[in-house]
Amino acid sequence: MSTLTPPAARAGDHLNIVIVGHVDHGKSTLLGRLYADTNSLPEGKLDKVRDICRRQGKEFEYAFLFDAFLEEQEQGITIDTARTFFAWRDRHYIIIDAPGHKEFLKNMISGAARAEAALLVIDAQEGVKEQSKKHGYLLSLLGVRQVAVVVNKMDLVGYRQDVYGAIEAEYRAFLAQLNVTPERFVPVSAKIGDNIANPSVHMPWYTGPTVLDTLGLFRKETAREHQPLRFPVQDVYKFDARRIIAGRIAAGRIKVGDRLVFSPSNKSANVKSIEGFNVEPVPTEAKAGQSTGITLDEQIFIERGEIASLEDSAPLVSTTFRCNLFWMGRRPLEAGKKYLLRMATREVECEVAIIHRIIDAADLAARQTQSIVGRNEVAELTIRAKAPLAFDLYGDFETTGRFVLVDHYDVAGGGIVTESVRDEQTVLREEARRRDIAWVKGDVGPDDRARHFGHRAALVLITGDRHTGKSFLARRLEIRLVADGRHTYLLDGANLRRGLDTDLVDADTKEMVRRFGEVARLLIDTGLIVVSTTNTFGQADHQAIRTLVHPAPVIAVHMSKTEDAPPPNTDLAFAGPKDFEAIADRIVEELKRQGVLAQAIGAKQQFHYSI
Amino acid sequence: MDTHLRRLEDQSVYIFREAYKHFDHLAMLWSMGKDSTVLLWLARKAFFGHVPFPLIHIDTSFKIPAMIEYRDRIVREWRLNLIIGQNKEALANGMNHTMGRVTCCTALKTNGLKNLLAEKGYTGVILGVRADEEGTRAKERYFSPRDKHGDWDFREQPPELWDQFKTTFPEGTHIRIHPLLDWTEVNIWEYIRAESIPIIDLYFDKGEGTRYRSLGCAPCTAPIKSTARTVDEIIEELRHTTVAERSGRAQDEGRGMELLRKDGYM
Repeated sequence: MSTLTPPAARAGDHLNIVIVGHVDHGKSTLLGRLYADTNSLPEGKLDKVRDICRRQGKEFEYAFLFDAFLEEQEQGITIDTARTFFAWRDRHYIIIDAPGHKEFLKNMISGAARAEAALLVIDAQEGVKEQSKKHGYLLSLLGVRQVAVVVNKMDLVGYRQDVYGAIEAEYRAFLAQLNVTPERFVPVSAKIGDNIANPSVHMPWYTGPTVLDTLGLFRKETAREHQPLRFPVQDVYKFDARRIIAGRIAAGRIKVGDRLVFSPSNKSANVKSIEGFNVEPVPTEAKAGQSTGITLDEQIFIERGEIASLEDSAPLVSTTFRCNLFWMGRRPLEAGKKYLLRMATREVECEVAIIHRIIDAADLAARQTQSIVGRNEVAELTIRAKAPLAFDLYGDFETTGRFVLVDHYDVAGGGIVTESVRDEQTVLREEARRRDIAWVKGDVGPDDRARHFGHRAALVLITGDRHTGKSFLARRLEIRLVADGRHTYLLDGANLRRGLDTDLVDADTKEMVRRFGEVARLLIDTGLIVVSTTNTFGQADHQAIRTLVHPAPVIAVHMSKTEDAPPPNTDLAFAGPKDFEAIADRIVEELKRQGVLAQAIGAKQQFHYSI
Repeated sequence: MDTHLRRLEDQSVYIFREAYKHFDHLAMLWSMGKDSTVLLWLARKAFFGHVPFPLIHIDTSFKIPAMIEYRDRIVREWRLNLIIGQNKEALANGMNHTMGRVTCCTALKTNGLKNLLAEKGYTGVILGVRADEEGTRAKERYFSPRDKHGDWDFREQPPELWDQFKTTFPEGTHIRIHPLLDWTEVNIWEYIRAESIPIIDLYFDKGEGTRYRSLGCAPCTAPIKSTARTVDEIIEELRHTTVAERSGRAQDEGRGMELLRKDGYM
């Protein structure tokens, strides 16, 4: 049984460091030497590895200490990153030894992505190589801003200052192009032990810090808690009476009583409590970095992937943005192909709209534009998501400004957002956002209505050419839903023209669409399932309607006479001669699948989603 | 709490929540040792006092009896859903450590686990392995895929960046989830102290000058010489030791762990 003692406050902080550089430039040797010279190895480890080397008849290398896989030791290369733990002078380090071989670049990236500072190793004899540059470039892209350059194997060049000086000048010039200023350059021989933990006797011309000193000189990244709030919703829990919005605060802080706005749904509510387990006293505030949970004073429906912020400092919302991306996929990235985009906790399908240029990491020159990005290449792209998402520019916020693309089953690319691109919905989306945030609400919320009606509000949008049976289907569906006890209303676009739109001239379709969208939004707010046919509106108009009723579910049903490809975002498509009752059944099924209709499970009405 | 422990806790909780969100068939291994008990505590942190998935104990039948008593008590007190897996066939055929340690671990632990996973159809399994325990674990991912045979392909590990984990996988494979990867042995004890987590008393010296530092099966786990009677004394002792934590664990000899883990050992 553990004894109860107050938590000890300990001096010293923790830092994640990554060691990168070209293959064979001596990263693992540097790490092994650092441990050996500071007596940080477990008892007997050095002897054990020396013994294995003797038995296998090869020369002992410090690199073997951390290359755990047989294959790594046999080939003398690191295949995958190793996390090692190291403490010196009240500071604790997790040191990540990243592989330098081109083939294992994705492993290097996995290692570097969690680092706060980097040691970049360059072989004095070989000089600046391809991966030296690529790794430098990727560090800047990954947001690792503290970089120290270690010029290794100085023993092989006779400890000559001019060789060291030339490498420093060349690499400093390269980093300057990336706007990276290295903390310092250190000449070392990891094999001999020069300037690792102890100052070198062979290089009296160098009086700067050793590698060990350099680690101590890295600064702890300052907290992000002073930035505006970013709280990406990770999940919504209802394990007991509490409905807890769980997530990790990416920036800023949350206090009880704060008015939060969720993007892109534009819903808002006040923070009622900060929840925790075994936390005394009950907290009233949580800050950046914390995995926490909150309850709200109103039961608004929000989902994973939304970002909570304060009203006056909300994130950007668009479907489209410009970015820098590196690709690690086995298959090349292709323009026009569909990928899964994951940004903070949001997951949405996207496609690469434009490949602007591919950057050659060796000289940072733009190569000729092409339609694919190959493995281990870096590119500037415009990405368009299927649905609007909330994000920030990477320069403003780290966590909500970077993303990965998933191809097949794997994370295949990582990128940072450099620019928000206005799409055709930007104007209406901003209107909807201002309207939603300022909306005066009664005490009956959507969840109350849903519970009372047994369904959520939604829009069933029936599209297609004339004489495909849209109008007939809409009528059948309304009858069917009302007979089932669902609160449903048929909204025909033509009706508005005879009332609400009489002040408009016929050509002003844009304003008609806007008004139609706002009316649909209003009806949805009352809790209804709105069934609509809009003969007069085209595909672009349907998108505008979606924007205005967002985030209510829209079920798009397309009717056609022939088997043509339905428009994008269609949920159900029906071609040829039709059995309208069967189609109505399919729509009802789809409404259930999307969680609009509750389903009776036992005596209780249950929704697919959690209210 | 120490800010570093806090960061470790935040990261582990984040991983737990990602796992729970993405895996419909999720379970967690619990060996009653200090690490997986901290893991269990972190699950309760992540889900506000609840553990919304079953726990699995692979019972080799060679566990120290006190571990079973402790297990049953905690299950009762915390109202946990525990599933016990056992390779009964291997045991019936007389499997034990004298037939070779790697052979025995593979049969009773690795295969015991694989059989249970196949039977129950779990696609996500949460484990308490730590990077500082031994070399191959230092190279693990937080979300680490296993193929149809439960094998680990360390050559082709998926990239893992910015807390975007591998949560999609082909049918028939599963993912091992490691929320404790960044924790060290000392961190575990510091957290046990900070949170007052009830830990099995085999870890403490009871006047004989020995205690267990790592728990496994009785025949293959030896206590160490130590007079640490409290969590404080253990932390103090660990801060000054250079002896590896698993020095009392026989299966780590030679290349044992690489071979075991490649085939799906924890």
